[in-house]
Amino acid sequence: MIKLKLDNVNKQLGGARILRDVSLEIAAGEFVVFVGPSGCGKSTLLRLIAGLDSICGGDLLIDGRRVNDLEPRERGVGMVFQSYALYPHMSVYDNISFGLKLAKTEKTSLRERVLKTAQILQLDKLLQRKPKELSGGQRQRVAMGRAMAREPDILLFDEPLSNLDASLRVQMRNEIARLHDRLGSTMIYVTHDQVEAMTLADKIVVLNGGRVEQVGSPRELYERPASRFVAGFLGSPRMNFLPVRLQTPGETSLVNTLVWGITSLPFDSSNLAAGTQLTLGIRPEHVSLKAAEGTAGVVVTAVEYLGSETYVHLDTRLDEPLICRCEVSAGWQAGDRVELLLDIDNLHLFDADGAALSRHPHAIETLPDGVPLRSARASAL
Amino acid sequence: MSPRLLKKALLRLGFWCLIGVLLLYAVFPFYYAIVTSLKPSSALFEVSYWIHNPDFSNYAAVLHQASFLRAIGNSLVVALCVVTLALFLSLTAAYALGRVKFRGRGTVLMMVLGVSMFPQVAVLSGLFEVIRALGLYNTSWALILSYTIFTLPFTVWVLTTFMGQLPHELEEAAIMDGASPWVTLTRVLLPLLWPALVTTGLLAFIAAWNEFLFALTFTLTDTQRTVPVAIALISGGSPHELPWGLLMAASVLVTVPLVILVLIFQRRIVSGLTAGALKG
Amino acid sequence: MSVSSTHAPCEELLLTRETPVQRRRVRAAWLFLTPMLLCLALVAAWPLLRTFWFSLTDANLADTGGGTFIGFSNYLFHNGSSWSGILVDPQWWNAVRNTLHFTVVSVGLEVVLGLLVALLLNIKFTGRSLVRALILIPWAIPTIVSAKIWSWMLNDQFGIINHLMLSLGLIDAPLAWTADADLSMWAVIIVDVWKTVPFVTLLMLAALQMLPNDCYEAARVDGIHPLKVFWRVTLPLLMPALLVAAIFRILDSLRVFDVIYVLTSNSSSTMSMSVYARQHLVEFQDVGYGSAASTLLFLVVAVIALLYLYLGRRQLEVRS
Repeated sequence: MIKLKLDNVNKQLGGARILRDVSLEIAAGEFVVFVGPSGCGKSTLLRLIAGLDSICGGDLLIDGRRVNDLEPRERGVGMVFQSYALYPHMSVYDNISFGLKLAKTEKTSLRERVLKTAQILQLDKLLQRKPKELSGGQRQRVAMGRAMAREPDILLFDEPLSNLDASLRVQMRNEIARLHDRLGSTMIYVTHDQVEAMTLADKIVVLNGGRVEQVGSPRELYERPASRFVAGFLGSPRMNFLPVRLQTPGETSLVNTLVWGITSLPFDSSNLAAGTQLTLGIRPEHVSLKAAEGTAGVVVTAVEYLGSETYVHLDTRLDEPLICRCEVSAGWQAGDRVELLLDIDNLHLFDADGAALSRHPHAIETLPDGVPLRSARASAL
Repeated sequence: MSPRLLKKALLRLGFWCLIGVLLLYAVFPFYYAIVTSLKPSSALFEVSYWIHNPDFSNYAAVLHQASFLRAIGNSLVVALCVVTLALFLSLTAAYALGRVKFRGRGTVLMMVLGVSMFPQVAVLSGLFEVIRALGLYNTSWALILSYTIFTLPFTVWVLTTFMGQLPHELEEAAIMDGASPWVTLTRVLLPLLWPALVTTGLLAFIAAWNEFLFALTFTLTDTQRTVPVAIALISGGSPHELPWGLLMAASVLVTVPLVILVLIFQRRIVSGLTAGALKG
Repeated sequence: MSVSSTHAPCEELLLTRETPVQRRRVRAAWLFLTPMLLCLALVAAWPLLRTFWFSLTDANLADTGGGTFIGFSNYLFHNGSSWSGILVDPQWWNAVRNTLHFTVVSVGLEVVLGLLVALLLNIKFTGRSLVRALILIPWAIPTIVSAKIWSWMLNDQFGIINHLMLSLGLIDAPLAWTADADLSMWAVIIVDVWKTVPFVTLLMLAALQMLPNDCYEAARVDGIHPLKVFWRVTLPLLMPALLVAAIFRILDSLRVFDVIYVLTSNSSSTMSMSVYARQHLVEFQDVGYGSAASTLLFLVVAVIALLYLYLGRRQLEVRS
């Protein structure tokens, strides 16, 4: 069931277009995360949904009803702010019950609902405290309690964890996930932190420059990014991008990778001209290394040891080093010469505009069985 | 002692001397008023720097004058009413000017600033007519009303500055909770503005307590006068024989409360004065 | 008009379309402003307009509404053989001269002294906040009271100032501070400076404390002489605050009334424009003539205020 629908929503402030033709459907009970770099419009989008900012063009529908002109309290949404924005002079109880009081909720049911909310958030023992007597995590929970108290169908979170330190952030992240399971309400969550996005979301919406880049499950976005932007935005270390030239277009493309010479890749480039500049995307975990003999292969320029894994930097004679995620036990060191083995199924190819080329459906069969790309010619550069 | 240490010591000495001179300059006149007020009239015309055998006859004389007590009462009533009125009017105005973006906001702010620069005498005749038309001549209400001309722009300006400093997310949270602007102002912002209100109220109080021109013009009889006018009109047998001891006692009496307020609320007053001037 | 693109209406809508919350807030804003605006209209705008009108009539205090329109006769009038009106009244020009004299000297002294005191109090030392509180005392004392205290201290026969100067050998005979035409303006200036230096000091101190610290540390590391640092770094950075303080004080000084009225009464050697205007309005009951003087004073102040606003805006533009 569609809970919330955005139809060609636009937002302009002064001369700047903050959001362009954003269309989106969010199902009831879904956990949706808006993610993107700062200034991409994700917070504005959330505020439009909340009713704090005006929609310039397009429609916003909740439960099929156009709510552009409704006030926040009439929309059935609750919001958790980045700075919590708790009322400093009110106790936890009053903070949570303020909205209910304004809605003229009957006394006993008000009390019931506050206590229930407090119980869910483990705030029962803190109800008489003032916000300044609470820890960061507790304040965060009060902010959520305040948003939840009126039992809105949609809960909005505006970078709620960015004021917490790293360990608390992980803990609160889990609590929010549990809360979603328990309440089953629709949640929309804005963050610039891709880990929060990946771990929390049923559905991620990647925004860039006021446009929706891609919508999908975390896995879809990670494994099949629709654009170079999405590919580069999700994943750490970032996806490696190498410039390549299209040699022969077709259902499988023959590209000149510059580093590895001419290679066949399972992407459909039928509608592109030969000689087009493309970008090859390789995630660090989709490269494996093998010791090279003699002067063959490429040189390891740096090794970052992270405990559970190492990032090996390779000199591919491009502007940026190629980064590869390896097991610690491999024991690579700077100065080693290595050959690269690429995982063909998990490569990405983007056209000049950054759009991903579609994968040839039978790519795997049409490629020679088990022939990984070899780095043999890399040293010939 | 090495020359460097000597130089340092001399610098320190010079510094404290300067501070001493500064304090003397700032405090001495008031101190001298106290000294004078504690002298019996016989000793008045010998200059002395210290208080010998304090004599409270001047204070007794002042406090026995019904008109002076009346004046203190009038001043209190006027100043407190002005503060209340100005704070109430400027609180809602400051919410509008400090927290809402609307067309005409800049114009209103400029108008308020403009009124604060008015020479009082420029409205004297017009205001006189208004006051008489309202039947307020020679009443405290005339002063309460007319004092808003200089307190209101000031309180609006300072409260707007303070109001603008409150985090905007707080207000958005209130909106999400379904609060109307009035509820937001009274139940969310007002409780956080108390310090600013105290500061602004204090400054308005001092301004109203000290005002002279309107008080002199819009009141006529002893029963309606305020303290500054009462003091200005204290006179002796002839223009050249003012009862200085009495005058100083009265001066000290009306000033001591202010000095105490200033010493207690120094930090707040400073923040209020500078918020009004520098951040505008 | 044809609708060609789906985006085109957005620009127009932007101005007119707000969320219900914003609409309600704007409506509330005007509602909230109304009492204040009404009050200011009643005590400021309307009386000011009436003053302008009175200045064109021969109204008197007993019946302000009863005056008849006489054009600009209060300002300047030619009755066939000679000119009359404020603009040819030597008393008025004397008041203008006095006011300007008072403004230039007292504001100049206040700014210089205020800056010096602020520099002194910007040094950290034990008891600084107490000193800062104590120097506020002159500011808190009602003008009338400070005028009285000083007129006692400046008393020609029994005043402590004369006593002090005599015993130090600075003067041979007591000075008649408030009565002597040459000295009375100085007496007024002394009192005004004493009362308002704390205000200027506070503004300067606040401005000093907003100055970036690293400039000074860099200068100290480079071994630049403190005086040079003051002229090259501190003073230019303080200039905006200094100007604000000076303008505030100038506007205040131009309308000076209390000190002069109490200290030297109606003496012509110190009479300011405000004293002149009030004398005609209230004592001579000549509302028309007094209003004309008030109007002229208002115009002077308005010109300076507008200049300030204009310069302030210019400065903002330069900075951005």
